[in-house]
Amino acid sequence: MSLTPLETGLPPLEEASEVAELVSARAIEGRSPLWLALARLRTDRMAFLAAGAIILMALLAIFAPLISAATGHDPLNPNLLTGTNSFGQPLGPGQGGYILGTDNVGRDILVRIAYGARISLLVGVLSTVIASVAGTIIGVIAGYYGGWIDAVLARLMDTVLSFPYVLLAIVLASVYGPSLSLTIGVIAFFSWAAIGRIVRGQTLSLREKEYVEAARSLGAGNLRIMFVEILPNLVAPVIVLGTLLVPTAIVFEATLDYLGVGVGPPTPTWGNMLADAQGSGFQDWWFWIFPSLTLLITTLGFNLLGDSVRDALDPRTERIFAMRRKSGRGGADGADQEAEERLLGQAEPG
Amino acid sequence: MPDPRSAASSGVGAEPSPAPRPAAEPLLRVENVVKRFPISRGIIFKRQIGQVHAVEGVSLEVPRGETLGLVGETGCGKSTLARCITRLYPLTSGRVVLDGTDISTLSRRQLRRHRRQMQMIFQDPYGSLNPRRRVGSIIGDPLAIHHVADGAGRKRQVQELMEVVGLNPEHYNRFPSEFSGGQRQRIGVARALALRPSLIVCDEPVSALDVSVQAQIINLLEDLQGEFGLTYLFIAHDLAVVEHVSDRVAVMYLGKIVEMAAVRDLFSSPRHPYTVALLSASMIADPDRARSTHRVVLAGDVPSPINPPSGCLFHTRCPKAQPICSVEAPALTVQAGDLAGHVTACHFPVAPGEQMRGAEAEVRQAAADFAAAPLGEAVEGAG
Repeated sequence: MSLTPLETGLPPLEEASEVAELVSARAIEGRSPLWLALARLRTDRMAFLAAGAIILMALLAIFAPLISAATGHDPLNPNLLTGTNSFGQPLGPGQGGYILGTDNVGRDILVRIAYGARISLLVGVLSTVIASVAGTIIGVIAGYYGGWIDAVLARLMDTVLSFPYVLLAIVLASVYGPSLSLTIGVIAFFSWAAIGRIVRGQTLSLREKEYVEAARSLGAGNLRIMFVEILPNLVAPVIVLGTLLVPTAIVFEATLDYLGVGVGPPTPTWGNMLADAQGSGFQDWWFWIFPSLTLLITTLGFNLLGDSVRDALDPRTERIFAMRRKSGRGGADGADQEAEERLLGQAEPG
Repeated sequence: MPDPRSAASSGVGAEPSPAPRPAAEPLLRVENVVKRFPISRGIIFKRQIGQVHAVEGVSLEVPRGETLGLVGETGCGKSTLARCITRLYPLTSGRVVLDGTDISTLSRRQLRRHRRQMQMIFQDPYGSLNPRRRVGSIIGDPLAIHHVADGAGRKRQVQELMEVVGLNPEHYNRFPSEFSGGQRQRIGVARALALRPSLIVCDEPVSALDVSVQAQIINLLEDLQGEFGLTYLFIAHDLAVVEHVSDRVAVMYLGKIVEMAAVRDLFSSPRHPYTVALLSASMIADPDRARSTHRVVLAGDVPSPINPPSGCLFHTRCPKAQPICSVEAPALTVQAGDLAGHVTACHFPVAPGEQMRGAEAEVRQAAADFAAAPLGEAVEGAG
């Protein structure tokens, strides 16, 4: 019977240390929910594709100075001598060593897109991180305490969500002048409420769980309950929301830049490249098509990755993953796959 | 073999036990505890339109080292009382005295110290463990909250606790979802045991488990009681379980204790009509005894605790009710012919050997009528 330690009392000291050795020798590590989600994500082809696109953009951003050095084209300085033809017109893709062509002052579009990727990814990721942290903290506080604190914070979130954000961004940019930090700040300010609202809703249900009551009966304080008991249960939804917020932030940034109230020229961004391309018409199609394409690929990549992450974190989609594993499309290794299938045996039809 | 208790206290780093109190002082004394939940309506301008009378003036005592069983049907206020005692709910009125200290009015901060003496085991082994946290950190929670042990010391203590409750210490890093219901309840027991409390409030600790596993957990709790000198307040609605674990038993109905006695006394000579009905409703494993016992069927449903009946709360369903029962609430007193510790709140207690007539005669008659009559007539008659 498993109660033997009771009958003999606690083991004497030597035995206890033996136990400890045994434990450290083959400690059994449980599979965390996130680990399981990651294992499932590995079997998702769309996630691979999306992650590939994002990594490509990240590489472009990281190696922007190298691309600039290799081609010898500066992202900022107009180059009317070699960057335009003898009539002063921009070069098309492939002409004169410009892979994606030049704009109407002779700057290399490829180099500018690479530098633009830096701004887009930086703004997208940083503003999302700020928004997620702020939204989670405010959402947890609102949901956990309830009462008037919740009433005030929930109304604040509603107010932020119903704000005409483009107008406010234009006003702020005209008062303080367009800048990178202002752009990040504006985007984060308008994004946190979406996360905050969902986190608040989740917290409202989590705080009624019996394990929260158990923690309270142990003497845990509010902060401990919020961060140790409730927060781990919010990680999955916040990760999903965050991944889906990045593309929104990137488009937001491009919009602000397009309107001239974002980071602002001369810094190359996808938004102000599109603004520059305005009026060039169909004749100089490479002005707008390449920045548009990179913007599309990046946002699509983040959106698809977000969807895959959501599916991977949602236990209700297990059936899909199980079927995918069964048909052998998975990236999981044999032993893993076998074990998982055994576990999922009941879930599968037939 | 080393004395298990001394090994445990040196090994798991328990605090020196508090100075012993005079023997007369029970570990837990509950005096006239009342808990009412307000019912309010309206979104902005909330107004109270009524209240749920969950616990209505309960008094009880649990001597050190003993187990008090608390039984009653669903919704009678057992769990609310448990949560009042552990101060998860603030009391509407009354006192809870734990080891000589009135904890019912302490502030959160003051209460923290006393929480170490009093732990709780919850009913739902699935809901009471955070699914996103590893078992080791769940069991180590009380040690962390009360700054008893950190790092490697905490891990060692947790693994010892796991062994004490019959879990494999190697499973330290697993998640609750990787355990069965019985194992999860062992995790809950280990967590409650971590601070070496003197009182453990068990809120239906086995009612969510399989019958075979129930026995294991009950045996574990009994073993631990002997080993660590624990005092239990054991809440259950399964009479067989309560009979097995308790020294004394209190029966609750609609927020009040209707009868309280030593376990053998209560089960052999129940005095309150509700206790008699409750005992007769429990299943008996012995078919010969089962055939010979008399089943008392109560009429109607439990009245709403929002609007409890006047006088004796049980008079609406009591087969022995007289006019006085709806007017005057009987006090919880020792009835004539009972042992000293046997108290019953009833104007007309059931005499030993008395066959109490329940509503079963009418029920059976109605069923027979229904079966005998042709279908159309029966429906007409019902209408």
